[in-house]
Amino acid sequence: MLKTFPKGGVHPPENKLSAKASVEVLPLPQQVVIPISQHIGAPASPVVAKGDKVVVGQVIAKSAGFVSANIHSSVSGTVASLDPVLDSTGYKKPAITITVEGDEWLPEIDRTTELNKEIKQSAEEIIARINEAGIVGLGGATFPSHVKLSVPKGKKADVLIINGVECEPYLTSDHRLMLEKADELMVGISILMKALGVDRALIGVENNKPDAIAHLKNVASGYNGIEVYALKVKYPQGGEKQLIKALINREVPSGGLPIDVGTVVHNVGTALAVYEAVQKNKPLIERVVTVTGKHIDKKANYMVRIGTPIASLIDAVGGAPDNTAKVVNGGPMMGKALSTLNAPVTKGTSGIILFAENEAQRPKEQPSCIRCGKCISACAMGLEPYLLIRLSQRKMNERMEEERILDCMECGSCSYVCPANLPLLDYIRLGKGEVSAMIRARKN
Amino acid sequence: MLSALGVLAAVILYFVAQKFKVYEDPRIDEVEAVLPGANCGGCGYPGCRGFAEAFVKADDISTLFCPVGGNETSIAAAKVVGKEATAQTPMIAVVRCSGTPENRPKTSNYNGASSCKLATTLFSGDTGCQYGCLGLGDCVTACTFDAIYMDEKTGLPVVVEDKCTACGACVTACPKDIIELRKKGPKGKRIFVSCINKDKGGVAKKSCSVACIGCSKCVKVCPHDAITLENFLAYIDYDKCKLCRKCVDECPTGAILEINFPPKKPKAEPKSEVETA
Repeated sequence: MLKTFPKGGVHPPENKLSAKASVEVLPLPQQVVIPISQHIGAPASPVVAKGDKVVVGQVIAKSAGFVSANIHSSVSGTVASLDPVLDSTGYKKPAITITVEGDEWLPEIDRTTELNKEIKQSAEEIIARINEAGIVGLGGATFPSHVKLSVPKGKKADVLIINGVECEPYLTSDHRLMLEKADELMVGISILMKALGVDRALIGVENNKPDAIAHLKNVASGYNGIEVYALKVKYPQGGEKQLIKALINREVPSGGLPIDVGTVVHNVGTALAVYEAVQKNKPLIERVVTVTGKHIDKKANYMVRIGTPIASLIDAVGGAPDNTAKVVNGGPMMGKALSTLNAPVTKGTSGIILFAENEAQRPKEQPSCIRCGKCISACAMGLEPYLLIRLSQRKMNERMEEERILDCMECGSCSYVCPANLPLLDYIRLGKGEVSAMIRARKN
Repeated sequence: MLSALGVLAAVILYFVAQKFKVYEDPRIDEVEAVLPGANCGGCGYPGCRGFAEAFVKADDISTLFCPVGGNETSIAAAKVVGKEATAQTPMIAVVRCSGTPENRPKTSNYNGASSCKLATTLFSGDTGCQYGCLGLGDCVTACTFDAIYMDEKTGLPVVVEDKCTACGACVTACPKDIIELRKKGPKGKRIFVSCINKDKGGVAKKSCSVACIGCSKCVKVCPHDAITLENFLAYIDYDKCKLCRKCVDECPTGAILEINFPPKKPKAEPKSEVETA
């Protein structure tokens, strides 16, 4: 019997169209736009000026606080401007625009592909290095990784969990990494284990990637304390709390963090970035992005420099066909539709999915809830979405807080199963904003 | 036996009620009676009762004003507490966006939940202007007086002059801060910049043909120093504005609107001047 989480979940069609496509390196664009806020927390503060020459790996914006991350130049060239640029939401956000000239790297970055297994640094040094390299959670939430590794006093982790679930349909970037960079990944995990002071790490992979599971199991046998588990295919298996429940049967309390139950969860992409940062001195300047869609010919996984315009990724697969109606940044369940294709790839961009007109339409909303309760069965957090949408529409903020609306991780399972096609998640998201604002106001 | 018990209980209850009686100023009821009873919260207090309590308690009533009842209500309420009411200028909600589909072409489509507040968190809007009206009607939902509705042709909210009480509910509801309370003006005449786009002229003009481009022509032409320019956006101070309408004719994009002026002959003349110039 495969492990999984007990409550809720849905089974959207997997559509892992690009699973067989090996990671290709995308040619350098002519210009990159690097936003100074690509992570959760305080935006980094720029340390370069217009006209400055930069090289790959150079810090261009410094972390501004504990929960923040350094931003490095992903290309070599000249800083063209520091003016705000439209991001994927259509709002202007502060960013650093760099015109690409050649491909010159910082000399201390080791660009060889040789595997370096020996971990020399102490736990503190590793965390400092991860902080310096600007590593954030690459699963999509972009929470600065060094914060997760700095365990608060009085709490202790006894096991590290590595998230290789990739439960979002369509996305295959983590899948390809696990197949192609398994050894580096294992060293990265060993580094994370050392930083955290644990001797056991569990990798969870959904059972729809048998090749990755077999390969990882094979490679993991050469490393101490790393176990690989196949998990049942069920969305949102890759949710942090769902993964912890499935693998070690512990439940993170409402409002709590995984460290409260003695564990820390990192994505496979993050573990690989940690390997490169600690062993190869390479900061986070590129990531794997899946570019896919049913109606496009080429489905691909690209190694992309941060700041590359999304449009050039789409050009690389042969451009968007005329009947493309929607381009989504992220997975189809949790991703957001782009309002402009000029937006750059950021640290949190795991995939770009193109949808044709017939796929992009949201089904027609029916007038009312029929109280079938499907959303309750689907909710992996045990919430009652049908109730939350009503409370949100009526602005009953205190009641929403009591109903634990803030536990919602916005996985979208409720909206997916609703037979009346109600925009459940839309209103829950709105309600979450209101409740958070109310709590903030109460504290002040 | 039972009736005796009843009488006894009544007597006890009477004394208990006397003992624990909470004194309440009778004037609160009187003030509440003259208030409109809409409980809209436009005055800043929780309902009309809350306002009445504050009104009776306050030493200085000049800051307390019921926007729904207006000056008449204020005078009546002030009479109850034996004070003089200060007259307030009547205000009205003004929608500062003229981005109809013709003026402001769409750049993307939104088919999420119909809530402006939610849409602003997701993206900047379905047109090139990140400041403009989303047209999803949060202001309409917020209005308790039926004084605002969506014009289906323009996709913009319209304020019904007779019904608007300037309670400010729509102002708070609008996540883009497009709606503003402005002086109603004599016979409802008013002039305002119907745009809040803070982009540079070229960028603003590209996304919307009636955007304020910050050219400062109106600032120069205004004889009363009523217009200020900040972040490429003109703003007319309604206290200083004398409704001369010079700026309306001067504006190259037509971003300044005049409301409730008679369809005048003089308007045609300056217009032809601008055209020939």
